Amino acid sequence: MANDNNFFQKWNRRDMLKTLGGIPLFGAVWYSGASLTGSAKREKQFLLETLNIKASPPPVSGPMSGKPVRLGIIGYGIRGEQLCRALGFASTAWLKEMHESSVKNPKDTRLAEFKAQENLNIKLAAICDVFDTRAEKALESFNKGDNKIKRFRTHTELINSGEVDAIVIAAPDHWHAPMAIEALNAGVHVYVEKPMTHNVSETYILRETVLKNPTTIFAVGHQHRQTQSFLTAQDIINKKILGHVSLVETNTNRNDDNGAWQYEIADTANPKTIDWDLFLGNAPKEDFNLEHFFRWRKWWAYGSGLSGDLMTHDYDRINCILRMGIPSSVTASGGIYTHRDGRNVPDVMQVNMEYPDFSTGGSQDAGKEKGMTFIYSATLGNQFDRGTVLMGHDGSMELGNRITVYADPRSTKYADLLKEQRIEAGVPIYQYDPSVNGTDAVTSATAKYFANKGLLWTYRDGKRVDSTFLHLREWLSCIRNGGTPSCSIKEGFEEAISAHMGGLSYKLGRRIDWDPIAQRIITKPGEDLDAILLANK
Amino acid sequence: MNTQKLTTVQNYALVLLRVLIGWHFLYEGIIKAYNPSWTSKGYLLSASILKPFFTWIASDSLVSVVDTLNIVGLIAVGASLLIGMKVRWGCIAGILLLLLYYLAHPPFPGLPQGPAEGSYWVVNKNLIEMVALWVIYQFPLISVFGIENLFLKKKTTTI
Ligand SMILES: NC(=O)c1ccc[n+]([C@@H]2O[C@H](COP(=O)([O-])OP(=O)(O)OC[C@H]3O[C@@H](n4cnc5c(N)ncnc54)[C@H](O)[C@@H]3O)[C@@H](O)[C@H]2O)c1
Repeated sequence: MANDNNFFQKWNRRDMLKTLGGIPLFGAVWYSGASLTGSAKREKQFLLETLNIKASPPPVSGPMSGKPVRLGIIGYGIRGEQLCRALGFASTAWLKEMHESSVKNPKDTRLAEFKAQENLNIKLAAICDVFDTRAEKALESFNKGDNKIKRFRTHTELINSGEVDAIVIAAPDHWHAPMAIEALNAGVHVYVEKPMTHNVSETYILRETVLKNPTTIFAVGHQHRQTQSFLTAQDIINKKILGHVSLVETNTNRNDDNGAWQYEIADTANPKTIDWDLFLGNAPKEDFNLEHFFRWRKWWAYGSGLSGDLMTHDYDRINCILRMGIPSSVTASGGIYTHRDGRNVPDVMQVNMEYPDFSTGGSQDAGKEKGMTFIYSATLGNQFDRGTVLMGHDGSMELGNRITVYADPRSTKYADLLKEQRIEAGVPIYQYDPSVNGTDAVTSATAKYFANKGLLWTYRDGKRVDSTFLHLREWLSCIRNGGTPSCSIKEGFEEAISAHMGGLSYKLGRRIDWDPIAQRIITKPGEDLDAILLANK
Repeated sequence: MNTQKLTTVQNYALVLLRVLIGWHFLYEGIIKAYNPSWTSKGYLLSASILKPFFTWIASDSLVSVVDTLNIVGLIAVGASLLIGMKVRWGCIAGILLLLLYYLAHPPFPGLPQGPAEGSYWVVNKNLIEMVALWVIYQFPLISVFGIENLFLKKKTTTI
């Protein structure tokens, strides 16, 4: 002790500093680190509470119990196979391919995910496809266990066989409405792929038929309606976080053969294995043509061009959030600039839809803000990802499976917060990622394009789920438990008319107007809209 | 070791280097310690070489242990260098931590570089800090600046 005292007495200020000087430094670094993280946390909490966005998934559809629903599939091509898989029926070839792929790459969980899928309690009882190879593939794959599947030569025979309660239509676009109308009139439930119709007049007939048969359940195949993020996006709009949205930008950017509808031509295809006349249906007479059969999306006679084929996805994605309906006018332009291979639908197209009376609600003086333009901009010659953006006076929202919201630097709503530098333009004020930590394996550029739009899969409880499965399940639940599918005739009618207005404007080179009272596209004397839309020009 | 004659300025320069590295380690540790959602998982999973090892330590069962060890390690190394206590041990621990960071994302040609504020080829700031710690290891200089002085002084005065 005495020694110690002695020791301290010998100490001068310099010794103290040399010995203990590190301690205040240590304290200062600790304190500043702790207070900085603390205040960042508080700011984040404050922002979340101010915005008060409710992140919630769409409601779960009802139970799949009761008698099995007997289903028929019409068109077992690319989409037909996907739909059957979502229903729980994978082709033998697919199962084999996936098995091999999962052995090679244990990270490929597609087979495991398919096997883990809930049983929807259905029988795949009937198939109709005009191409023998595909019909036989289905017969071979699905005549197994307690499932018996039968082939019908025509959709009419299938619908009226008494052996199906419901049908899924995945035939080319020009067949959608005729098949759906026949089925509804026979009391058979319908799930029809997009676009809902191929011309203007059948859109009205289909709507009448659906309304006339209220107990027959009708759904349009816009599976992204099941995207986990879309209710959250709706909440963002309802809470006026973006303020008045004046512009919505959507787009397609693809740059590969598959993305440009250059599909493979099967070597078993010939006039003997394909019922050519049945494929043509109400389309103009044409000699047997493999290019037309496999790549029908390249011609207006069977396909619907960028406006009907791909814009419909984006239009409906936005319509399910904003519910803006049919535009008051549409202008479109474009051309065939990358794929001059004989096709007659454009491969570059811009569609502008005007909604002069629409508003998401604003933050400025009453009456100052009203009106919105929806833009769809597409090229099949470049795949630079432009993303989907909803642009409001107070903020912008990037929309995909993920949602990101930015405050606008000139916003009225956030003026104070921006001035106090509590929020920064360019730094998201809100981000929603339903996948949280999930890493997604995407196999091709076109697949990635679809995945970003929620067309391939979405998430429930952080887990990846096939959106088509959820969409079909919702339709089956309505058949079993009642209710109306999220994409039924009202939504389908709006989708079809808006798309046809885009196609017509492109073809006529002028603005196409909508009369909301008469519920008609305004025509000039002597104009036959369907003839113009379908003409192979 | 310390018997080599360094000039006063050389002493101060080396001590300053030690204090600044300690400061950096401590701050990195504190920021992570006070942010409950911080985890090294993303960093580890994106490792460009030795993937099996980094994926293994990033697994759900291990990653929280790894995170805690990392935070404790950073703070301990920082405290040791800053206060001047057990500096050599601090240097060794610091070098090991930096070696892990370096190996997870080495700036080797042909490997993805990830987000970085500068341009690096083989040598990056982790490597430089690692070597700087090696220098400190040679010259801990706790007698010039360090709490261990307390014990050194005591020894000398009691003699
Ligand atoms: N929702 C989506 O994400 C999505 C994705 C792809 C395709 N689709 C839609 O699915 C539909 C089918 O597209 P696809 O790519 O599968 O085309 P596809 O050409 O690969 O398949 C169409 C199938 O229908 C058959 N078919 C043609 N006419 C028929 C008839 N009269 N009766 C019975 N079968 C007939 C063909 O033989 C072919 O097997 C299209 O309308 C497309 O817009 C939707």
